[in-house]
Formats: sequence, structure tokens, C-alpha cells
Amino acid sequence: MTRLRPVALGLAALLLACLLWEVVKVAVPDAGVHVGGASILPRTDAMAMPHVWEVVQRTLQPETSAVGAPSVLTSMLQSCWFTLRVAAVGWALGVVSGFALAVLMQRWRVAEESLEPWLVLSQTVPLVALAPLVVGWGGRIHLGGLEWQKWMSVALIASYLAFFPVAVGALRGLQSPPAAQVDLFRAQAAGWGRTLVRLRIPASVPHLLPALRLGAATAVVGAIVAEVSTGTKGGIGRLIISYAQSASGDPAKPWAAIAAAALLGLAAAGLVGLVGLGLGRFRHSEVS
Amino acid sequence: MSTPATAIDARGVGKVFASRTGTVTALEDVDLTVAAGEFVSLIGPSGCGKSTLLRLVADLDEPTSGELLVFGKAPRAAREAGDYGIAFQQAGLLPWRTVQANVELPLELHGVGRRARALRAADLLALVGLAEFADAFPHQLSGGMQQRVAIARALAEQPSLLLMDEPFGALDEMTRERMQTELVRISASSGAAVLFVTHSIPEAVFLSDRVVVMSPRPGRISGIVDVDLPGTADRSDGLREDAAFFAAVTAVREVLHGAPAPVAARGVDVR
Repeated sequence: MTRLRPVALGLAALLLACLLWEVVKVAVPDAGVHVGGASILPRTDAMAMPHVWEVVQRTLQPETSAVGAPSVLTSMLQSCWFTLRVAAVGWALGVVSGFALAVLMQRWRVAEESLEPWLVLSQTVPLVALAPLVVGWGGRIHLGGLEWQKWMSVALIASYLAFFPVAVGALRGLQSPPAAQVDLFRAQAAGWGRTLVRLRIPASVPHLLPALRLGAATAVVGAIVAEVSTGTKGGIGRLIISYAQSASGDPAKPWAAIAAAALLGLAAAGLVGLVGLGLGRFRHSEVS
Repeated sequence: MSTPATAIDARGVGKVFASRTGTVTALEDVDLTVAAGEFVSLIGPSGCGKSTLLRLVADLDEPTSGELLVFGKAPRAAREAGDYGIAFQQAGLLPWRTVQANVELPLELHGVGRRARALRAADLLALVGLAEFADAFPHQLSGGMQQRVAIARALAEQPSLLLMDEPFGALDEMTRERMQTELVRISASSGAAVLFVTHSIPEAVFLSDRVVVMSPRPGRISGIVDVDLPGTADRSDGLREDAAFFAAVTAVREVLHGAPAPVAARGVDVR
């Protein structure tokens, strides 16, 4: 019962979003709202905001008029699957490197103080600027038989977004044990490694789980942006761009792709959320 | 293992903390000997260095002057040899471990096998009266029960010395008295020496063979009161209403608040 609650709430939120969309369509005039020359609310005609059911309907129809073209839904599912796999690789990379950074920063105060500004700085660099660089570097990598693929660049960029929440969350978690517990481990002559495994890592779980979920969502966003800016084919990012070209004649199509991308982020965060189900005992709040 | 007759031997021990605004002398020129099996309480107002002294013995901090030996060894060697068990004001139980797993923690950290751990934990939980809570999690226990688990954990490796830093400080008065009676029984049956930090005069008197009274700024020993009561093993709740008990309480209070002898002029905080 309690486990189904977040799922039910999520569905309710989704329904609410659809409802809000339709309410805006009814309430706001087709031409939008303008004060003076400035546009306050956007246009709501059938071209700018198709009905929710039109978007849903469109997904079931063929992608193009060409013979044998797959439905929009099939096409979206395929590209979401592609993006999800690339994002998963990026997420895993991000989790490993973020956690390693957190351990480093917990171990040495100097590392924490010197790395922290760089962590923040790393997230202010626009991905779009970074993407061509990564592709460029990747092109020069030849490791034996390994040929650098474009999707690897995408995964790397996704990991660049995903590591940040993990590093911050993990560091806070690793630092969360109260002084009495740390002293207790020292009194038992437990070294740093044992204290890390028996105390700091278990204690970090309540901080780590939300960070992993957030990391999953950012990995998907990173993968989509990276697909677009590196011109990688096969993913939902590319699909959004190609569907956007038919916006003027077929407005429901790009909206379907945008909705699919958003749902993909939710699904990724939800999947990672499943990790927490087996870790209930680590989520008790600190006692006394 | 034959233990030396002296559990703690401090000579001229001092501790100076360096802070941004200058230095703070937490302890100055402390001389103290605790015999094996002896129960000694440290009492005094906040800032008198009683917790600092306990932390020096535990090697959680290092003295800046003087000589400190624990069972004839440097505190670091004693800590690494597992010579002492420790309990703090916060029970500090690991919330993701069951009561039994919490008691087993010190044994687990030192590589004791699973079966031996389980047997020892069962003994200890029976000793503190929590046998039926072995599989409970800490958040399911009251504060007093959690503290009992912490004491069981401190006793896990049969240490010859127990260091306790206000372990009953967060408990209500009734639980506190019951815990004191239990501690007297437990410490007598384990035969360990105890260094016990407290704010409470009756608590110190009820538990101890000797009460060490400390005064702040700088932290130093202003007097030591021998508690002339039955051996700690034979103390029970009835003792709390005994005239000898009140006499000892008064004696400690006088050293704490009064101004006996030379140290008073330099250090005792008269309040």
C-alpha cells in the first residue's frame, strides 16, 4: 500500500498536468495575451497547443506517409530505449566518479576545500559548448581495437551532469555520522577504511538515494542535450529535432516527442528509486 | 592476561587547545591514579576538563604535557590493544543494525567469528536485561534501553577499564537511578576499573570508590573524596537514604563549592 503511494501520486500529477494544459487552452484566447506589444501568455490555437488526446492519437499513427513507416509510438520507444541505455552508462560513470570524489573529499580536508569550487564551476559550463570538445577528443582516442563511438561521447557528457548531485549527496552522507559514533570507531582502533565501510557508507544511504535519483534524471537530460549537440542518431534527442521540423503542419508530433523525453527522465529516476526498496534498514533516521 | 595493579596513571597531565583567538588551557597539572577494579568518578562544573581527561585516557585526544599511562602503556597502545570499553552521553548506536549487531560491533571490528560473537552478545544482553530485544532496531527502544545497549557494547571485549562520559546524562531521574543500580552490579561482576564522568553529586557518590572533584579555568583537580560506603558490589537503592551516603554527598559538595585548602585561591569556581 505505502509502496504504491508514490506511483499513484505520480500518475495523479501527470493527470493534473494534462488537465492544466486543457484548462489553459480553454481559458486563454487563441492569439495569446498581449499587453502593449509584449506577449504575456503564448498562443493557444491548435497549431501551438494541440489537445492532449490529439497528441496521444498522433503517436499511434505512422511517422511519415512513406509506405511501411513505423508508428510515432514505435519510433519513440526505440529512441527512448537507445537514450536510456546511453544515459545508464553515463549515470554509472557519474555515480562511480562522483562517489570516488566524495570519498576523496571526506578523507582529506584539503581535497574538499580545493575541489569544491571546481565542482560548482563544472556545472556552470554549458553542455553545448562542451559537446564538440568531447567529440573532438574522442575522435583521437584509439585503444587497440576500440573505436570511439559517438554514443560514448554522449554517455560521457551525461556522466558529467550526473556526477555532481552524487558527489554532493555522497559527501554529505559520508560526513553525517555524529562525533560519538566516529569516536567509538576510533576507540575500537578501527582505521579509516573500516570506518568507511562499517560506518560512513551505511550512514550515507539516506543522503545517497535522492542523489542517485537526481543523478538519473540529470543523466537523461545530459544525454538528450548531448545527442542534439553532437548530432548522434538513434536517440530521443535527435527525434525531437527531426519532429520539430514538422511543427507547422503536424503540431502534435513534436509535442509527443517532448512528452516522451520528459517521461523518460521520470522513468529513469523511478527505476533508480527501486534501489532504495531493499535498503529500508539504512533509512532509519538517527536515534536519540 | 594479568593486568597491572594500576589502570590509569596520570602525572602532571595538561592539555592546551589552540584556537583562532588564542590558546585555551583545558587541563593543567593533573595527577591521578586509578587502581585496577576501582570505580572513580570525575565531577565538576562545565569546562572543568573532566571529559577532556577521559578523552586523553581514551586516546581520542593527546595530552600536551605530562605523562599518562594506561595499564603501564601509552594510551595509544592501550586503545589499539582494546584495553578499554567506552560509552558516551549519546548512545551512538548504529540505526541500521539490530541491538545484537550493535553489541557485536567491537567484536566484529576485531575479527571475532560469527558464533563466538553471537554467544557473547547473548550473554551481554542478558546482563543488561535486554535479551528479548536482540532483534529489535535502536529506534524501537527507549533512551534508557539504548543506553543499556551502549553499555553492553562497551563491555563486549571484557575490557579491564570502562570509560563513561555522562552516560546517563540524557535520561530521566527514575531511569537514571535504575541504571546506576545496574551499573554498580555490572561493573562489580566484570571486575573492570571505571572512569565515570558526571554532573551529578549523588550519582558520583552512589557509584564510586573515590570521587575526583575538578574546577575550571584552567581545569584541575581541586580535591579527591574517598567514599566510605559498602563495597560497590553491595550497593543497592536503600543506600540512597543512608546517613553515610548523605555524609559523602556533603563532603563532595563542600569540595565542589567550598574553599578547602590551597588550590581554591587559584581555581575553584565558587558559585
